[in-house]
Amino acid sequence: MSANEKPKFAMYWAAACGGCEIAVLNIGEKILDVDANFDVVFWPVAMDAKYKDVEAMPDGYITLTLFNGGIRNKENAEMARLLRRKSKILVSFGSCASEGCIPGLANLSSRQEILDTAYGTLTTDNPDNIRPQYSYAAPEGELHIPEFLPFVQTLDQIVPVDYYIPGCPPESHQIGAVVDLVIQALQGKAQLPPPGSVIGAGGSTVCDDCPRKRHEKKIKEFVRIQQIKPDPDLCLLEQGVPCNGPATRNGCGALCPQAGAQCIGCYGPAEGVTDYGARLITAFASVIDADDPQEIERILDGLPDPVGQFYRFNLAASLLRAAKPAFTGK
Amino acid sequence: MSDTFEPVIIGFTCNWCSYRAADLAGTARVKYPPNVRLIRLMCSGRLDPTFVLHALANGADAVMITGCHPGECHYIEQNYKALRRFLLLRRTLAGMGIEPQRVQLVWASAAEGARLAEEIARIVEEVRALGPLHWPTSTDLYGKPFSEEEAFSVTKETSAPAEVNA
Ligand code: SF4
Ligand code: SF4
Ligand code: FES
Repeated sequence: MSANEKPKFAMYWAAACGGCEIAVLNIGEKILDVDANFDVVFWPVAMDAKYKDVEAMPDGYITLTLFNGGIRNKENAEMARLLRRKSKILVSFGSCASEGCIPGLANLSSRQEILDTAYGTLTTDNPDNIRPQYSYAAPEGELHIPEFLPFVQTLDQIVPVDYYIPGCPPESHQIGAVVDLVIQALQGKAQLPPPGSVIGAGGSTVCDDCPRKRHEKKIKEFVRIQQIKPDPDLCLLEQGVPCNGPATRNGCGALCPQAGAQCIGCYGPAEGVTDYGARLITAFASVIDADDPQEIERILDGLPDPVGQFYRFNLAASLLRAAKPAFTGK
Repeated sequence: MSDTFEPVIIGFTCNWCSYRAADLAGTARVKYPPNVRLIRLMCSGRLDPTFVLHALANGADAVMITGCHPGECHYIEQNYKALRRFLLLRRTLAGMGIEPQRVQLVWASAAEGARLAEEIARIVEEVRALGPLHWPTSTDLYGKPFSEEEAFSVTKETSAPAEVNA
């Protein structure tokens, strides 16, 4: 790289909602540092660029790529591979890229069920039952859309990833800190953490950052937060509200329990957790105050959707990765 | 399912009771099917649900968890904890499409070799009737739709797979 040439920056969205892009724009004036220190070469939400421009770049041309979104279709998979080749540092940015996130919950259903829901329910105005076609002969020529894959995968299930920034979306101050770090590292003033690290987050759990008091109290029932008037100073889980703090990585500053709501797990598994849901099963099982199987079952009825509770963000990255219908198509 | 299907069942057994029960069944020459691979834990309370998920994700057809009878755990009440984890895990697995017979909990004291052998035989037959689990993460089926070659064939696609056209 010549002295006056800036490092190159790219950001891409695959199966995502766009919130990650907003979170990046939300870093405030720091976005000017990005501009001052990087040439933005590819960022579909912010500038016009074509995939063929990226294809034309030499391998390793992009210094830093923030990749958000999961791998839902072949276009996502193709872009993951392309950007991996073209990037020195590929960051799995946000929950969708890192663990599938909300789009990953589609891994509970087969493609057929998903399409039926999208195009064929009573509330859908689609009298001719029109379904998407992978290819269509338009007068101007044959048009194609990418294949919808059987289930959502995470970015690192497709290509090797250098770093992970968790969160749905990542907190802007955390993104700002990562931007600072990368700039410092490029100037030789700081060292990047070892590849594979989670950056822009803490090394323990949301509970560790949560100011609510815990007393090792056990519960006789699970409640939904709207059914009680929770004590503002006490741990929500000990009040029967299913809070995912014990298994979730810190980094957000325990925003939700401080605002009066349970943590739903958007920062993903805490350090050292292999399967997010398994960790929560262990945590919830230890607050239940019952030894009798029937009584335990009654208490568990208060968790009507265990998969949704335990894998809301993490299903695609869990050990099982998807439910049977997604795998078998039935 | 064909008669030749031999389920692979991972058995997590407590050192103080069921592992000895299995031992006793062996020394007493009580016959039980060889489908269960026993892994000894110090107590059923050591059973992290992660172990069960690992087993199922990596090719086991079922998991058997065993522990001391209620009130008899050597670590006071850890088997109750195991019971709660087990019941919650089973509900979670149901949501993933995994039948309840594929994860079973059995209490057996060190003296109950014959009873443990019967329970194992029962579980093996129940799982045999269900057929293989064959969870895709344990096979090369998984990941196949994402092979390099296929992912790059997007533009070459000429016709859509049947289930999307349906
Ligand atoms: S379980 Fe929730 S409310 Fe309780 S300490 Fe942890 S994060 Fe806070
Ligand atoms: S408390 Fe939990 S759900 Fe809320 S922002 Fe933090 S990690 Fe996400
Ligand atoms: S020691 Fe056997 S279950 Fe705890």
